[in-house]
Formats: sequence, structure tokens, C-alpha cells
Amino acid sequence: MSNKPIKSNEKGMTLIVKTITRFTVGLILLFGIYIVLHGHLSPGGGFAGGVIIALSFIHLMLAFGKEVALKKLSQSMASFFESLGAIIFISIAVLGFLGGYFFLNFLNKGEAFQLFSAGIIPLANIAIGFKVGAGLFAVLLGLVLLKIGGKE
Amino acid sequence: MFLEWVASLIGEEPIELYILLVFMIAAAIIAVEIEDLLSSIVAVGAVGLGLSITFLTLKAPDLAIVQLVVEILCLIILIRATIKRDITQVKGRQRFITILTSLTFIVLFLVLAWSSLKNLPEFGYPIMKVAKNYLGEGLARTGATNLVTSVILDFRAYDTLGEVTVLFAAIIGALAVLRKIGRK
Repeated sequence: MSNKPIKSNEKGMTLIVKTITRFTVGLILLFGIYIVLHGHLSPGGGFAGGVIIALSFIHLMLAFGKEVALKKLSQSMASFFESLGAIIFISIAVLGFLGGYFFLNFLNKGEAFQLFSAGIIPLANIAIGFKVGAGLFAVLLGLVLLKIGGKE
Repeated sequence: MFLEWVASLIGEEPIELYILLVFMIAAAIIAVEIEDLLSSIVAVGAVGLGLSITFLTLKAPDLAIVQLVVEILCLIILIRATIKRDITQVKGRQRFITILTSLTFIVLFLVLAWSSLKNLPEFGYPIMKVAKNYLGEGLARTGATNLVTSVILDFRAYDTLGEVTVLFAAIIGALAVLRKIGRK
């Protein structure tokens, strides 16, 4: 009680949860990115991967308290990434006009079962992953901050 | 003997679907009836898990992943992170009116569902007029080996655009309502 060197230990859950979180949160984030990038090859895609990415940040927030998670990704940054995803998605759609019509797959199709194949589909998956991940995290932050603000 | 009787009752369809269905109905009843809010959420998560396994047995891994992630993890974590206390219950005369309204709507729903489900094609044997085209030409025309993705991001990309727009509007609306300090 007299002099604790680490201040962040006082907030959040117990030491066990924090230690496990420190090991797993990076793997969860990596798995989300994998699901987004391989959406055109295996089950998954932008929506599921984006939710997993958001959950890795929420996991961090549940274990360490909201300050640590806000340091990694603040609410304005989450809002920015959400809008960025929407802009990338709509620009991919509009760029289809280069070849003729909206949502034209204007890039090279490539070889099947390769990571860089299927033209615009992986790019659109990445945009949706950005959007869903950042958006879900922003809404949760809004709910958490509102509750804390209402108590004071 | 009993198993044969059950098998004759359900015919050719796989039995695990019925087991999952009974499990899901039981979990849903528990979720409604239980007092504690956290236990109720866990029971709703069990319904989601059952639905996810159902999608897997029906060979739809994409849906299973989304179901698992969204329904179970998101629901539990969102409610765990935001709600601490139980929600107040309705009592007395109000409760009677609530039960009456729910029963009316359940009966109405069952009647309408019965009259419309009669005209649907048989389970597992859809009329695949459009889907046959997608299954045959999907890989050649889009280059994506996951046909679900090739449908939602190429053939039916307009649908996805609408979905993304709805999501965007919902998140902007939630952030506008939930912000701490209002602007004049």
C-alpha cells in the first residue's frame, strides 16, 4: 500500500487476467487481420474479421481499464478509421467507372488460391474490416464513457 | 425402439439439427425465465452457439463464424462492459397486459408463418436458378475461391454498399447520441 511503482495495476481486473491478456491480445488481433486478408480464400471476411479486431481492443479495455485501451486507439482515431473504411469502399466502387460501371472488378483476377488474387475483393474486404472494427470499438467506447460521465 | 420411433417421426433429415433445435429452445426459455441478468445473457449466448453449430452442420462456415463472433462474444462483452445492475421488471396489471399482448402476437405470428411456410420449397432442396449460375461461373468471373465473398463483394456488391451505409449511419447516430458534452 505504501509505494506502488506501477500505477496501471490499480485499475482493471486481477493479475491473472492481465497476464493472460498480455499473451493473448496480440494473437487475437493477428487472427482478426488474417480473417480479413484471407476473406476471398477461406471462410470469413471483412465483417467477421473486423469484429474480431474490435474485440481485441475491447478485451484490452476490460482487463486493464479504459485508459490503456484509449492510449492504443482513442475515440477520435476510431471514428477516423471508420470513416476511412467507408471512403475506401466507396472509392473502390467509383473507380469501377474506369472500365465501365459501378463496382466493376477492374483489377487483374490473378491465380486462384493465391493471396493476391480476385481483383478488388480483398481491397473491399480490408475497407470493410477497418469500418466494422473501428465502428464497433467507437460505439462501445461511447457507451462506457457515457456511463462514467453519468455517474459523476 | 424409441429411437426408431423418433427416426420415423423426423424422416430423412439429419437428427443433429433436431437436437440442436431442442437445445436452443431450452436455452431461450431459460434466458427469458431466469432472474439474474448475467446468467440470462449466458443463456442467450448458448442459443447463439447452437445456431452457429447448426450453420456448420448445414455447411455454411462463413455464417457460423459471423454468428459465433457477433452473437456470443459481442453480446456478452457489450453487456458485461456496459451494464452492471438488473433491469426493473413490470408488475401487477401492466404484467397482465404484457402477457396478453405477447400471446396475441405469438398466435398471429404462428398463423401467418404456417400459411406462408406451406408454399416454400422443401428443406434442403431449393430452386437454385440464380445460385446455379453463381456456383458455376463464380471462380472464373471473380477469381475468388470463397464463393460467399465473391457473391457479397462482386455479384451483389450493391447490397453490401447498402449494409455498409446502414452501419455507418447507425454508428454516427450512436456516437451523436452517446457523446458526453453537447455542442451548441
